[in-house]
Amino acid sequence: MAKFQRGSSDTEPEFTTASLPDIVFMLLIFFMVSTVLREQDIKVRTQLPQAEALTKIDQKRLISKIHIGPLKQGDSQGETAIQIDDALIENRKAIRNIMYNKLQQQPKLIASLKVDQESEMEIVNEVQQELRKAGALRINYSSNREGPPGSGN
Amino acid sequence: MAGLLDKRREDRDEAEIPTAGMADIAFLLLIFFLVTTTINVDTGIGMTLPPELNPDQKPPPVKERNLFKILVNAQGELLIEEDPASIGQLRRRVKEHVTNYGSNPDLAVSPDKAVISIKTGAQTPYNTYIEVLDEVWMAYREIWDQIAQTGRTPVKGESVDLAKTYSNYQEYYNTLEPGDDNKIRDAFGAQISIAEPDTGE
Repeated sequence: MAKFQRGSSDTEPEFTTASLPDIVFMLLIFFMVSTVLREQDIKVRTQLPQAEALTKIDQKRLISKIHIGPLKQGDSQGETAIQIDDALIENRKAIRNIMYNKLQQQPKLIASLKVDQESEMEIVNEVQQELRKAGALRINYSSNREGPPGSGN
Repeated sequence: MAGLLDKRREDRDEAEIPTAGMADIAFLLLIFFLVTTTINVDTGIGMTLPPELNPDQKPPPVKERNLFKILVNAQGELLIEEDPASIGQLRRRVKEHVTNYGSNPDLAVSPDKAVISIKTGAQTPYNTYIEVLDEVWMAYREIWDQIAQTGRTPVKGESVDLAKTYSNYQEYYNTLEPGDDNKIRDAFGAQISIAEPDTGE
């Protein structure tokens, strides 16, 4: 009967690292797929209001963001401006064409209004009228959960 | 010459790509994507704007009793059904209005006929507007919570065909697959209208 010999192996015991790249690649692919790259720098200040009755938008690809707020100019606050994608909107009547074109590409578009909480309703109403003319009727008033972050659910 | 080539073939191992550095490369890429990933989900208050009306087309008529008017002025003060009111009363008043089922002649006939109208002035702070809108939605949320918990509509007690009871509306909402009917909202819909801004003033 053969005996198992202790310490007969002359190689050091080692973890098998052969499958390590596979594991890492799997994680890598997960993050690559789920990543949405930060696409733009925002030229207007948007301090979002707080609300309770919030809904989540899971499909990030449906969202088109419209930023409304005072221009960032160092410490001083500039005039209220509108930014869609990476461009500031000079002529507010242009919004309808921009949004109409976006709607052709993505019929289930949600216009996410990121409006600074100190803005006035005049500009918001104006943008909404433009959105109606474009036919982009699904909107979302972007806001944060009430209370300091991390509290509540 | 041939002998030399033969010898070389014997000596050489199988040609391999060195894979030792592979994990390092993958880790580097992994860390890059980890850092650039934004996990935070966009949250907000969802609304649907009314479709654009033709100039000669009149907005659909709504009976005065079904309409619940909220006006917000430039100072952020509220006018509910023509009376000055505070934002703290809003949620209760909205719930009263939509769950009236015709019992009070000044309030809505039925929930699906009730319309909450929010009108703002040009100088109204956006913050106040969101606060008002939030309160109105929360009034509906509380009613929906109640339906999710009991499986019945409030006051009238019509049964809503839910598979089970839930601790709140959000829990029910999370079980819905895209394309599923939201039975709670079908049974008790919310009509919130953003009033047309005044054009000439």
